[in-house]
Amino acid sequence: MIRSLELRGVALSRGGRLLFKGLSLSLGAGEACALTGANGSGKTSLLRAVAGLAAIEAGEVGFGGVDPADARAGGLHLAGHQDGLKPARTAREELEFWSVWSGGDAASAAGAAEALELRPLLDLEVRRLSAGQRRRLALARLLAAPRPLWLLDEPLSPLDAAWRERFGAMMQTHLAGGGLILAAVHDPLPIAARTLEIVGPEMGA
Amino acid sequence: MSRFSTLLARETALAWGRGGGPMVSVGFYAGVATLLPLAIGPEPARLAAIAPGAAWVALALASLLSLDRLFERDYEDGALDHLTLSPVPLELTCAAKCFGQWLATGAPLALAAPVAAIALGAPLSLTPLILACALIGGLAFAFTGGIGAALSLGARRGGLLTAVIVLPLFTPPVIFGGGVLSAFLSGLPWTAGFVLLCAYALAFVALGPLFMAAACRNALS
Amino acid sequence: MIPAPAFLTNPERFMAFSRWAAPMFGAIAVILGLAGLWLGWSAPPDYQQSWTVRILFIHIPTAWLSEFAYACLASASLLSLVWRQLLADAAAQAAAPLGAGFTLLTLATGSLWGRPEWGTWWVWDARLTSELILFLIYLGYMALRASMDDEIKGARAAAILGLVGALILPIIHYSVYWWNTLHQGASVFRSGGSALAPVFFWPVILMVLAYTSAFGSLWLVRIRGEVWRRRADAAALRAARA
Repeated sequence: MIRSLELRGVALSRGGRLLFKGLSLSLGAGEACALTGANGSGKTSLLRAVAGLAAIEAGEVGFGGVDPADARAGGLHLAGHQDGLKPARTAREELEFWSVWSGGDAASAAGAAEALELRPLLDLEVRRLSAGQRRRLALARLLAAPRPLWLLDEPLSPLDAAWRERFGAMMQTHLAGGGLILAAVHDPLPIAARTLEIVGPEMGA
Repeated sequence: MSRFSTLLARETALAWGRGGGPMVSVGFYAGVATLLPLAIGPEPARLAAIAPGAAWVALALASLLSLDRLFERDYEDGALDHLTLSPVPLELTCAAKCFGQWLATGAPLALAAPVAAIALGAPLSLTPLILACALIGGLAFAFTGGIGAALSLGARRGGLLTAVIVLPLFTPPVIFGGGVLSAFLSGLPWTAGFVLLCAYALAFVALGPLFMAAACRNALS
Repeated sequence: MIPAPAFLTNPERFMAFSRWAAPMFGAIAVILGLAGLWLGWSAPPDYQQSWTVRILFIHIPTAWLSEFAYACLASASLLSLVWRQLLADAAAQAAAPLGAGFTLLTLATGSLWGRPEWGTWWVWDARLTSELILFLIYLGYMALRASMDDEIKGARAAAILGLVGALILPIIHYSVYWWNTLHQGASVFRSGGSALAPVFFWPVILMVLAYTSAFGSLWLVRIRGEVWRRRADAAALRAARA
């Protein structure tokens, strides 16, 4: 169970170019942090590095004493632009698969669908969903299998104002239950959160 | 285990739908088997001499189809990211993908193989052996093919590249399978070749996923 | 984690070493090659192959190098996968076209030799066939490198393929020999050849050493070129952002 996330002096590079260095952050249970920065500053890369998908150049990523391999295997969710949903499969098939894959089951998938009002859409194929509906389906995975750390990459962009607010409430509930949220954003998060701006190596030095 | 079985079910379903799935592979296979007599001439004696070999090579080529999409879709749409965030090791995930590919295209192709061989003039008695060879060879094709598919992630012209990488890996199973069939037809002992084919398939079922997982991690990084 | 050996982590040391080693290997290659040619030309014609035997003075060294270059490529791939050092990757990359070139030379000289000896340009002989597949493996390796947009990812993917090739080559070799014995009845050609007469032994040995030395020289030059290219790339990138 992840209770905290610590980044110490993290440096990341992409395609031979140093994105940033010396980035530190400490996030405790019930805390949220919004990552801001210009396009291409490395927000997505940082989330992928925390998820263990990209290697870090220098520094350390710690999960409060939890082994990083365990933390990544069962302690965190990543929700990005690319949702990994297959256009030809139905929303139900996709939600149930990802629920089981992340440690939930069919019942928890149904509960998540309820919370995001996906019930009438479940028998549709993913390709027939609108961008906002599709994002709600992707976000339903966060609720279908509870994992403490949410790594969100522009989670709100295709959602309308009403859904942004409701997803904000879901984030609030997650934090109240001891969860942690690290989100890359352009617009402010609908919840109280610290802000960490990523700046390039030249400016940060 | 329930994670693995749901993954296998999903991968088989995806492979079934990917690029037309078994229909396209079997159709391609039938097409090649039709072109051969057109190019070589219809004399039965000539065709019968090459029938098992031709059926076998066409099978290897048909196995190449849709292979390049094995990892590419998941890589592009982000599903591969999510698949890594699980207690199931990526090696096992890769094995499930190859196994799903084999169930969805390898097995239907294996059913079509005896038909193609007989249509080209092979005797009926070859049926059980060519079916068994095609099933086991298909496993070898899927698991060696997966290596090529995973390595060409992130490349331009991935499909063609996959074929260029994979064809040398196909030579031993093509040799062993073709050898088994021709030895059987000439009344020679064929078990040695069959054992070698099984050994090759098993070796790559075991080793292939290690290379695929390494290639996927590299592509995702 | 085992620390990377010093010869990998420090390109400067390699550059200093190769600066004199590359020309030295080249000179050795020329001297040995001339000696080998002189001995070879003064050797009498073979009682079976007549003057065609001279092709073997090129064919045998290139055949050896086609496999030796792959061994170099695979070793460098392994080093670059374990330690992620630029130099090991440059070495693997530099070995590939050389190996492919030697493989092509082997196929061409084998074909030239086969015309008078076997009466045909190409025979599906076990050695020729596995050489051809080796050539295809080199092609696949180079194609993979060439088609990757991200150079770092391309390097690692190529290194993995290099290791897959090292694993598969002995299997292919074995399977091709198995295939050749299986189809022996259909083949009108004797497999293998007569043992080389002793008078040809020394010229062949000299030529093998000369070619290996030439390979060493070319390899070092290519690695140097690769190191320079990457430095220039990095400099251009820095200049573009400044």
